[in-house]
Amino acid sequence: MSDSSEALATHELRHHFENMEQQRGASSMGMWVFLITEIMFFGGMFMAYLAYRYEYFLAWQEGSQHMNFWIGTVNTAVLICSSLTMVLAVLAIQQGRRRLTSIMLAVTICFAIAFMVLKGMEYHEHWLAHEFPGPAFHFAGIDPRHVEMFFVLYFVMTGFHALHVLIGIGLVSTMLYMNERGHFSADYHNPIENTGLYWHFVDLIWIYLYPLLYLIGHHHVG
Amino acid sequence: MATASAITAEREHYLNADYGFRSWLLTTDHKRIALLYLITITFFFFVGGFFALLIRLELLTPQGDLVQADTYNKLFSMHGQVMIFFFLLPAVPAVLGNFLVPMMIGAKDLAFPRINLLSWYLFIIGGGLMLYTMLTGGVDTGWTFYVPLSTAYLGTHVVLAAVSIFIAGFSSILTGLNFIVTIHRMRAPGMTWGRMPLFLWSNYATSIIQVLGTPVLAITLALVGLERMFHLGVFNPQLGGDPLLFQHLFWFYSHPAVYIMILPGMGVVSEIIPCFSRKRVFGYEFVALASIGIAVLGFLVWAHHMFVAGISVYSAMVFSFFSYLVAVPSAIKVFNWTATMYKGKIYYSTPMLYAMGFIGLFTMGGMTGLFLASLGVDVHVTDTYFIVAHFHYIMVGGMVMAYLAGMHFWWPKITGRMYPESWGKLAAMTIFIGFNLTFFPQFILGWTGMPRRYHAYTPEFQVLNVLSTAGSTVLAVGYLLPMVYFLWSLRYGKEAGDNPWGAAGLEWKTASPPPTYNFEETPVVTWEAYNYDDLPKEVPVVG
Ligand SMILES: [Cu+2]
Repeated sequence: MSDSSEALATHELRHHFENMEQQRGASSMGMWVFLITEIMFFGGMFMAYLAYRYEYFLAWQEGSQHMNFWIGTVNTAVLICSSLTMVLAVLAIQQGRRRLTSIMLAVTICFAIAFMVLKGMEYHEHWLAHEFPGPAFHFAGIDPRHVEMFFVLYFVMTGFHALHVLIGIGLVSTMLYMNERGHFSADYHNPIENTGLYWHFVDLIWIYLYPLLYLIGHHHVG
Repeated sequence: MATASAITAEREHYLNADYGFRSWLLTTDHKRIALLYLITITFFFFVGGFFALLIRLELLTPQGDLVQADTYNKLFSMHGQVMIFFFLLPAVPAVLGNFLVPMMIGAKDLAFPRINLLSWYLFIIGGGLMLYTMLTGGVDTGWTFYVPLSTAYLGTHVVLAAVSIFIAGFSSILTGLNFIVTIHRMRAPGMTWGRMPLFLWSNYATSIIQVLGTPVLAITLALVGLERMFHLGVFNPQLGGDPLLFQHLFWFYSHPAVYIMILPGMGVVSEIIPCFSRKRVFGYEFVALASIGIAVLGFLVWAHHMFVAGISVYSAMVFSFFSYLVAVPSAIKVFNWTATMYKGKIYYSTPMLYAMGFIGLFTMGGMTGLFLASLGVDVHVTDTYFIVAHFHYIMVGGMVMAYLAGMHFWWPKITGRMYPESWGKLAAMTIFIGFNLTFFPQFILGWTGMPRRYHAYTPEFQVLNVLSTAGSTVLAVGYLLPMVYFLWSLRYGKEAGDNPWGAAGLEWKTASPPPTYNFEETPVVTWEAYNYDDLPKEVPVVG
């Protein structure tokens, strides 16, 4: 059995690598470097958020009170659970348990879709409350112009994050499909690991977005 | 079976392994992708050069007679964007780097060949959009997209240009990612970090900047696009934003981008100087680490572009200090190259002429950079032709010279043919003279107060402007020459042989042009880099 899966693994060796070990190392390092560029990409937005939070503190506090605390919190829980199932998928394939891997990948996709649905409901709520920046934006409290900026950054940051969740759904689905076709084994499962890395990154970005947008400033309502 | 018939003329190599468009457009061979890039960036070089000539032509007289202000704004904006994003940034990494990085470490290909091809396609899409932008009226923000000018006031294709650069940026990121992983994971047995050619060290440092800096430019341009299209306030003060934040984010990438342009050029020069001095490079470790030092320090100097923009005096002092500091690793390199030549057996062949030109012109560009790092002097010359002259000494005098040096040095390896040496020397001299005639007067113009980015100027500046325009035509001729004789040499050039320069380095240990997988078998490295002491003292092919 291990013979056949090793043969399968060698079959996946691309011509320009010396051995599987080198290929594995290269591809996971490539993923890490890619994630570093992603951090820098989001870093620009975090920088803008911090600079403006410092400059327009009151407007920022005002804005974060208009976040839907419960949807945000539930979504945080949903994403953390999805990271857990992703880890379990990687663990399962490392042990060669294909069936379990597929189940875990499928559950991850379900969590991700749940996240997107909740996010959509939240956006819809903001839209109805005239909190969507642009000509229709309306805000009755203090400093509406900078509260609008808070919402600009909220939508840009969560929007880019949601885009990454969508890409993640695509990746995990591809892994599920490939796993069902028998591409992966205990000896060859690098793509699943890399997808896992990416998925944890998406989760991690949210772990920073959640307190910045929903929590700090919120408690002050009392 | 493919018996040992390597002697016959029918030897298979990467160029004749396969024919037809498909075999090129779907290739994953790093050497073929390098050639795809070569063709693309050569095209953009001449497009950008054409804009430059129109600019110089307009500036022949003090009045606006050839073009009016609006057109002139577009000319210098498109010149900058095309030259920076579609020629200088990819020039050495994507052409020479793509070709040489795997060969120099003894690998069969880059770590991710398909991503390499993808990055070329992204470049083509970005470039295509840039062409479309030009053909439908262009953009006039300058290459810098300053806000709120770019988001609230101009009626030109700002968003299109931003999208095109956004996409080309991802091509640059993917190249950097590929190089980092390749250099870490694909080195042949015995090729330790300390034995790597300096070209690899400087491309590695470049890749770090590409990977860390470019995403910040991407998100900045995305925010500019959103602000412009949907009127969302991010940077525009009328919408509550802060234009200084834009400048911080933009220069956080765009200063290090200068090092994306110059570091690979330094790598090229570090290969050529030892070869034509027949000596091991002086202070290898220092030159190698200076590349990393430049990459790191380069991230800490960005606000020197904002000394007159109203940033705090104290942060300006810090940025001024770091801007001086970044000159140290650059100077280390210059001293080490000169020390390498000292008491060497110097051959004045074409690549060496370019490399020596590089050292001189880069030093001029670097030294005038120190003027600009100084807070007081910078106020005097901000937005004058002094700045224009300074960065053209770095980018054209430095980078383009280095690029041409590298093209001549590795042309025999890439094509298997020699270019005509005497024509090469003539072109090198023409370019050197034309360059200095074009840009040296601009130092004086700027110092005496001629502002940049105007299509008209007061008559007292005319003499120097005429000199500069005259120089630019000489320069244009100089650039056309290699274009012609390189093409000529493809058919009529002498056969180069494996190692016409008697150079060290793994890429010279395989055939020219190399076979598809670079080496007949994976090389094992047992020697230090630049072991010219163990090599013949003569350059086999001397022109
Ligand atoms: Cu700078």
